Amino acid sequence: MSSTTALSVTVANTKSVGLQVRLRQIAPIPLNVDFHCRAGELIALVGPSGSGKSTILRCIAGLATPRSGTILFNGRAWLDTASGVTLRPQQRPVGLVFQHYALFPHLSALQNIAVVLADRPKVERERRARGLLELVRLDGLESRRPQALSGGQQQRVALARSLAREPAALLLDEPFSAVDMVTREKLKRELARLRQKLEIPIVLVTHDLDEARMLADRICVLHRGQILQTGTPTQVMSQPVSSLVARLVGLTNVFQGEVIDHDADKQLTHLRWLSYALECREQSHGRPGETVDWIVPSEHIILHRRDRPSRGEHENPIAGVIDDFVVLGGDASITMLVDGRADTPLTFMLSSHVARRNRLGVGEQVGVSLLAEGIHVMPATDQTQDGRPGP
Amino acid sequence: MDWSALRLSVELAAWTTALLVPAGILIGRGLASRRFVAKSLIEALIALPLVLPPTVLGFYLLVAFGGASPLGRAYEALIGQPLVFTFQGLLFASLIFNLPFAVQPIQRAFESLPADIREAAWCCGMSPWRTFRAIEFPLVWTGILSAIVLTFAHTLGEFGVVLMVGGNIPGETQTIAIAIYDRVQALEEHKAAVMSAILLGFSFVTISFIYVLNNRVERHRGEH
Repeated sequence: MSSTTALSVTVANTKSVGLQVRLRQIAPIPLNVDFHCRAGELIALVGPSGSGKSTILRCIAGLATPRSGTILFNGRAWLDTASGVTLRPQQRPVGLVFQHYALFPHLSALQNIAVVLADRPKVERERRARGLLELVRLDGLESRRPQALSGGQQQRVALARSLAREPAALLLDEPFSAVDMVTREKLKRELARLRQKLEIPIVLVTHDLDEARMLADRICVLHRGQILQTGTPTQVMSQPVSSLVARLVGLTNVFQGEVIDHDADKQLTHLRWLSYALECREQSHGRPGETVDWIVPSEHIILHRRDRPSRGEHENPIAGVIDDFVVLGGDASITMLVDGRADTPLTFMLSSHVARRNRLGVGEQVGVSLLAEGIHVMPATDQTQDGRPGP
Repeated sequence: MDWSALRLSVELAAWTTALLVPAGILIGRGLASRRFVAKSLIEALIALPLVLPPTVLGFYLLVAFGGASPLGRAYEALIGQPLVFTFQGLLFASLIFNLPFAVQPIQRAFESLPADIREAAWCCGMSPWRTFRAIEFPLVWTGILSAIVLTFAHTLGEFGVVLMVGGNIPGETQTIAIAIYDRVQALEEHKAAVMSAILLGFSFVTISFIYVLNNRVERHRGEH
């Protein structure tokens, strides 16, 4: 038993296991992509529309061919432009779930799956198709045509069909974008459940960050066909490599400051920002005197209570005026202008009852603390990649 | 009643349909699924017989097939008989002037296919042939049937091109449409009337058939 486990661990660590993708292209859509998806791992390709996410999936499936690149599965080349290897889509054992599902409209749910199993005996074909419908919890709807199924049900048929020929990798192209919110949540849970049964690499393309965060082991942040950062959802969300990534993953509170010093003993870095000297956990970026970008996620901003000042307020205290106050259900989103300056809006969330108790409202003076452990420093970008000046 | 003219027309229509519809499937499918620079030009060329006076088309085909043209000479050297004023020449002309009737319904049918179902089939491991048989054909067969019926019916009725390229040789190139004209010229109005009625009846039945079929298929698909 222990020896098998040891073996499988060794195999899983080998770089050649799983799906390795390397794509290079300048036109028609620029691509500069390297990633590796291990068996059982779910990687989310995240980026705005037009960032090349779907093109990458199409390249993996063999529906598109990049100018140059390699796609290896367990070390075997599906694509190697250098040596002229380009397997046809039929030769690549992938399951692809299309954004709009692409079900065969003239076939029932069961036939949609059975038709792709033509190489098997009829009895087995049907048995397997039924089994797959059961797996995605659609038993009972075998004879329905796609038009008679809801969006969520169609998505499940598409998923079942993509699994029909036991794919070596599963590719999902915005699989939840065409269904309503409630169905989306349900389908996400289903996918998370299904994942436990699938020991294959799964690549999910999405523009929805919450979706990626919820489902993915690792996230690749894409911008204009280029992977800017690959990491766990936590890494990407709390330690983006640049202000561009921070913006792409929806982080607010991206600012520019200047490194004062690094204190190796206390493991602290000091940062000059406006009239403040901020203390943050020790950072690897920036020599003293150098300009850097930095972020502080909303959950690391603590409101100073007006009725009962506490000791925590020594940590990077910042003063400002509330400029925007929006209640979103149980939460309140608050934007304050630091030192009253319009160019430095700091946004954070509070429980709306906390906001009420502190009588917060537009125009009120507030104080907050920026927690040192939450501040993250990145190399400065004077010009972000899309040519606009950085935040 | 001139049965040999009717038989000749039916033979011509059958040959034309049998040869042209497979080509129509290839061309129509290609035009529906691809985008390329000369696409509009090719579509215009295919549609040209719809608007060109048949005598104009017939004139150019006559020149192209005639003994003075390289094509006509090559054919005669190869087969041993001229292309113009023969059944084979008529068939060639028929293939050309029926192009829009064979291609367009099929192209429209392929264009109405959901965009990515072909790719979905490939990614499920289905070969191009199996994709066509199991996925595309069941969704475009009404278009193919329309092409068959339209090509057949239109060949039966074509007059101008046939007269120009084939002339009026009974048993060889005299089709039913020519025979009708011939009978009227000879003041045999009764014979012309019978043949006209046959053509009218046949055309009406075939066209009705297409409409009934299309409506039924649409209703059937809508129900599910």
